[in-house]
Amino acid sequence: MFLTYIDYMGWGAKGWGDEFFFGFLMTLKISLSAYALALLFGFLATAAKLSTNWFLRAMAVTYTTVVRSLPEILMVLIVYFTVAGLAETALVKAGLVDKGFQFDPFWAAVFALAFVSGAFMTEVLRAARLAVPEGQIESATAVGMSSMQIFRRVILPQMMRHAIPGMGNLWLSVTKDSAIVAVLGAFSELLYTGYRAAAATREYVFFYGVTAVLFLLITLVSVAVLQWMERHLNRGYV
Amino acid sequence: MIQFFNNVVSWLPELLAATPLTLTLTLVAGICGLVFGTLLALARLSDSLVLSMPAGIFMFVMRGTPLLVQLYLIYYGLGQILPGTWVRHSFLWPYLRDGFSYAVIALSMNQAAYNGEVLRGAIRSVPKGQIEASVAIGMTSFQVLTRVRLPLAFRDCLPVLTSDIIILLKSTALVSTITVLELMGTARMIQRESLQIYEPLIACGLVYFAVVIVLTNIMRPIESRLTRFRRGNT
Repeated sequence: MFLTYIDYMGWGAKGWGDEFFFGFLMTLKISLSAYALALLFGFLATAAKLSTNWFLRAMAVTYTTVVRSLPEILMVLIVYFTVAGLAETALVKAGLVDKGFQFDPFWAAVFALAFVSGAFMTEVLRAARLAVPEGQIESATAVGMSSMQIFRRVILPQMMRHAIPGMGNLWLSVTKDSAIVAVLGAFSELLYTGYRAAAATREYVFFYGVTAVLFLLITLVSVAVLQWMERHLNRGYV
Repeated sequence: MIQFFNNVVSWLPELLAATPLTLTLTLVAGICGLVFGTLLALARLSDSLVLSMPAGIFMFVMRGTPLLVQLYLIYYGLGQILPGTWVRHSFLWPYLRDGFSYAVIALSMNQAAYNGEVLRGAIRSVPKGQIEASVAIGMTSFQVLTRVRLPLAFRDCLPVLTSDIIILLKSTALVSTITVLELMGTARMIQRESLQIYEPLIACGLVYFAVVIVLTNIMRPIESRLTRFRRGNT
């Protein structure tokens, strides 16, 4: 009984150990890429939300409101099918790429996940930006810093301290949301690997259990790292 | 373009017919989640290690793994654990035949873990003086719990509980993967049958958006009524 389970997790053609290992790496790859892209979306949308241009503000508000009120799985499906297809057609029509051009499905999925998390990221970053006292920015202007310098030297270091808890939570939910990609059935990330292993061997409890434990491992390590980062960024404020 | 919007609108009736199931799932899992979440929070805060440790582990595991994995584990795994064809011949068969009960179980457990964590913080932050005062006028510890600690805790964390309900509503979309035909499941079924890729998804998004807006607006007056004292006009 116990030995069969060890066989199941073996390396190579018979066992599923190597599949789970690469699935684990794939989940990390998807999560990290999606998170980095979400950070970019977040900063752009925050800048738009706090800008004086009403059109940019309206766009950003629509983005965050709509995306945050729709289920993640629906958004991922819409973006994965719609946006990737539309972008391909547009690029072909613009003559930028050859006919028959297709996005790498990996990036389409990453883009979809990042599009969803970006909306939540915007709210975190916006709140953090507003927590920086106005006086700090006024004094920075008074000593003659350029707006780029103000952002890099004054705003960013101070807002990150407020943003880290929210950003940490968001990282945890991105790793978990990456499981939704399994529904697309195109990537061997953790859940899809577990799904295939369970279906092939009919050992549902064992293989979904393994999947759950590996996700838990990501969470455990992340929580430890995040606690260290929070302490580090708050070191001047105790 | 007009054709596209006509297609989107044409799917709305069918999707609206599936909305009650989404709302039922949210309501049932929301109530179960709140009840079990309260018990979890109390167990987590208890002095006995036998109670607090399992509760802590349960909450950590449920919050640390994707809901989709939990759904699959329960949906596919339960049949494997229960011996042979026992389920099929037992009184539970009418309930365990389709995905709905599995969906309710998984959603409730997940929601209980999240609510439990929120309530734990809220119960712990009830001012000590309140509890001392209740003890002083001779309440039993059960009375202190039901008349003072829990009401204050619930009122305190109501905004978070509300947003948890919205998150739960959105999570119900995941149960479409275990054959439950709620909003999302219906949209995907229409997708397969009509071979239209975008229109059913867009229509589905419209319905979800409307439901979330309505739900938020139902909760807002409740919240502001329960927190009247903060505006100083009690």
